[in-house]
Amino acid sequence: MATVKQENPLAEGLERAPVHPTTLTIFGATGDLAKRKLLPALYNLAHEGALPERFNLIGVSRSEMPHDDYRQSARESILEHSRRQPDEKVLDRLLDQVRYVAGTFDEDSMYETLAQTATEFDDEAGLAFNRAFYLSTAPEYFAVIVGKLGDHHLEKLEDAEVRVVIEKPIGTNLAEARELNKAVLRVLDERQVFRIDHYLGKETVQNMMALRFANGLFEPIWNRNFIDYVQITAAEDLGIGTRAGYYDKSGAMRDLVQNHMLQLLTLLCMEPPVTFSADDVRDEKVKVLHAIHPPTVEEVPDMAVRAQYGAGMAGGKDVPGYLEEQDVPPESATASYAALRLEVDNWRWAGVPIYLRTGKRLARKFTEIAVTLKPVPHLAFDEQGSVGVQPNQLIMTMQPNEGVSLTLGAKIPGSRMRIRPVNMEFLYGTAFMSQSPEAYERLIMDAMRGDATLFTRDDEVEAQWRIIDPILQAWEDTPGAVPQYPAGSSGPEEANVLLANGHKWRTI
Amino acid sequence: MADDLRDVSWLQGVWSEQDTTPAAIANALQELLKQRHAEGQAYAPARVLNLVVIADREWRGEIYNRLERVGRFHPSRLILCAVEPGRTTLDAWATTRIDVEPKPGEPALYHEELVVEMGEHHLPKLDAIVDPLVVSDLATVVWSPHGHSQAVDSLMRIAQVVLIDSEEEPDPRAAAARARGLAGEAYVVDLAWLRSTPWRERVAATFDPARWREELHRISAVTVRHGPDSVITGLLFIGWLASRLGWQPGEIIGQNGALFARAKGRRQDVQLRLDPDPTMSTPGLAGVTIDTASGVEIALNRGAGGLTAERCSRDGSTSTWTVLGASRGEAGILGEGIRQALLRDPTYGPSLAVAEGMLP
Repeated sequence: MATVKQENPLAEGLERAPVHPTTLTIFGATGDLAKRKLLPALYNLAHEGALPERFNLIGVSRSEMPHDDYRQSARESILEHSRRQPDEKVLDRLLDQVRYVAGTFDEDSMYETLAQTATEFDDEAGLAFNRAFYLSTAPEYFAVIVGKLGDHHLEKLEDAEVRVVIEKPIGTNLAEARELNKAVLRVLDERQVFRIDHYLGKETVQNMMALRFANGLFEPIWNRNFIDYVQITAAEDLGIGTRAGYYDKSGAMRDLVQNHMLQLLTLLCMEPPVTFSADDVRDEKVKVLHAIHPPTVEEVPDMAVRAQYGAGMAGGKDVPGYLEEQDVPPESATASYAALRLEVDNWRWAGVPIYLRTGKRLARKFTEIAVTLKPVPHLAFDEQGSVGVQPNQLIMTMQPNEGVSLTLGAKIPGSRMRIRPVNMEFLYGTAFMSQSPEAYERLIMDAMRGDATLFTRDDEVEAQWRIIDPILQAWEDTPGAVPQYPAGSSGPEEANVLLANGHKWRTI
Repeated sequence: MADDLRDVSWLQGVWSEQDTTPAAIANALQELLKQRHAEGQAYAPARVLNLVVIADREWRGEIYNRLERVGRFHPSRLILCAVEPGRTTLDAWATTRIDVEPKPGEPALYHEELVVEMGEHHLPKLDAIVDPLVVSDLATVVWSPHGHSQAVDSLMRIAQVVLIDSEEEPDPRAAAARARGLAGEAYVVDLAWLRSTPWRERVAATFDPARWREELHRISAVTVRHGPDSVITGLLFIGWLASRLGWQPGEIIGQNGALFARAKGRRQDVQLRLDPDPTMSTPGLAGVTIDTASGVEIALNRGAGGLTAERCSRDGSTSTWTVLGASRGEAGILGEGIRQALLRDPTYGPSLAVAEGMLP
């Protein structure tokens, strides 16, 4: 007979719902992500009293070191990178519960020690802690670690949940993504897997859902009848710095378009979900991705443009071009800029071009979505002597100043009826007192809570790659130099070929 | 009024006038807003809520200091009504203030602060003075830490939220009655209730694992240890447990400085006890112990870096751990009170009703 789970009557009305006692294991515990993001995020959650009532942390990495040395290293990372000044007492207590397990990720004895350490925590407490494994490692270890967790029976636990958080990238193409998903799902159920795209943990991205689905104002115009085109821009002013080792293998498409920018696109275009449960939301996002026609190799030149930054000026200083950056191979064809024109072929969006562009060493750093409405059908005013009536634009800015603005036509004071665009602006910072938590704080808690809404599902990742793969393939198959744009500019002229008649890129 | 200036470097515009009128003050605020815009579009006024504070003039510095420490939870427009016995005119001083040095390319968010000095005879009609001064369409929160209940009552027409601290009323019965009366007219945020939040969260979490949840209905005794002046916080905590678990507590009885009551639970009676802890120098709770009929005892006490939790099982085994969390301090509680003005907690009202019902 199935047992009915009794609700906790004390949880109602609490701002922070209880989370089951959890032991979190970080693989790659001495790596850069753990030091800069994960450990500080855990401290901030502890400071706010947001961690599970009972919480243990196990760090796993290759270097041999005693528990105390790892605790000291974790303390230093938190002191250096926490968004708030740590409280020594909270920090001490958090680190008291930290254990360190040394070993390589394919080493059976390491998993035996890990299992023993986790069991000791359970035995001491007299209850089974949930187990969360955070794979903060190089991607080639994801399948290895999940396989070993299965081999050592760490993939499930009686009376408790086991969850695995996997960092991006999920493959570098569709075949690799499928292979990784298959390897992971041989051991785990999909509901146990939390594929992180930290962009989804940002308040700004979640606010998009609030803007669309908590306001009746937008829904009537949110379709092909009223929207002319959409532009999604993620511009960066910095170059690749010392990250050539990573960046030259990934490029702009894998670094930002396949994950973050397609996430923004799906949130913008998805139908209202029936509920905000993880699967209802992700079902709607996947439908959008399926409605995007993956280009054939022949279609790619008409819908995708790549480029590399050349030498130029940024921040008032002369800066080198991509090919002159440290450790970049001189013949590299990696794109530091990518622009696409996609269409979502469904009832709501058919015929509306959605332009995506991202690049490094552009004129400034910002991320925004601009929705341009169709022009008014008939204009009774004489436009002579003015810039004229421009189509309305709704601009959702993700960074740096999160907000929403709407351009409207307004009369210029005077005796004649002359119109110019004006902005109606809303800045989130003016309307909320709370400081936004770091994306990792939100996502770590969601994973421990078992809420996968802000994580990417297997079919979602594969649907993303299905769109991106042919473009990357076409580019790899095209020999010759990659077009250049000057550092500090708005990007390559070539991107203009993607624009339909009358459309234009917004100024960067 | 120079003694009210806290950090002159961040004051961006100042206006003052003696023997002034609400209309003149409202115009001055409008002018300050225009000045900011004229100085640059980077200036943006915060638009979260209005906070109207009614305080004795001689203590306004202390109120300013308390508000100074609330961190990022500053109201967008603060209207401090400084009450001076015998005063017949209104003197006002307005300023705009930036808390954080603006970074290049980011908007400079500023708050507006207004001090209006007034006499006691202004208080029964305070709404007529304050109404033109609040930002329309923003929630208006009233806080009156020095009493002045007439003034609070007069502002009920324009306020949506009242911030109170039931611990400031020495008589718990009067405190509960006042909170209930105000709750009929506005949403009440009670700092005494907020002091119990971490305790409520921890107790809810303690009983959250499925195997412990059953124990909720076997609770046989609850002991709450509280600061000497925090009996109302203890009562609200017990009121919360009772209202969530369907207990029907009887009246409390005092004995040797402690308070006792018995509640009728769904399965058995529950012994309730409130013990003052004379060693506690800050308001709020010092500890909670919960016993169950199956012989389990769970204790939560203030400790370093969070709450120290201890679970003793029937077989005598003991487990101790720390529930992590930094102390918020009194400034943090006030900041949290301002933040809570934008939220709605459905559990305070029922908890207050039970607490009031327990008082003789």
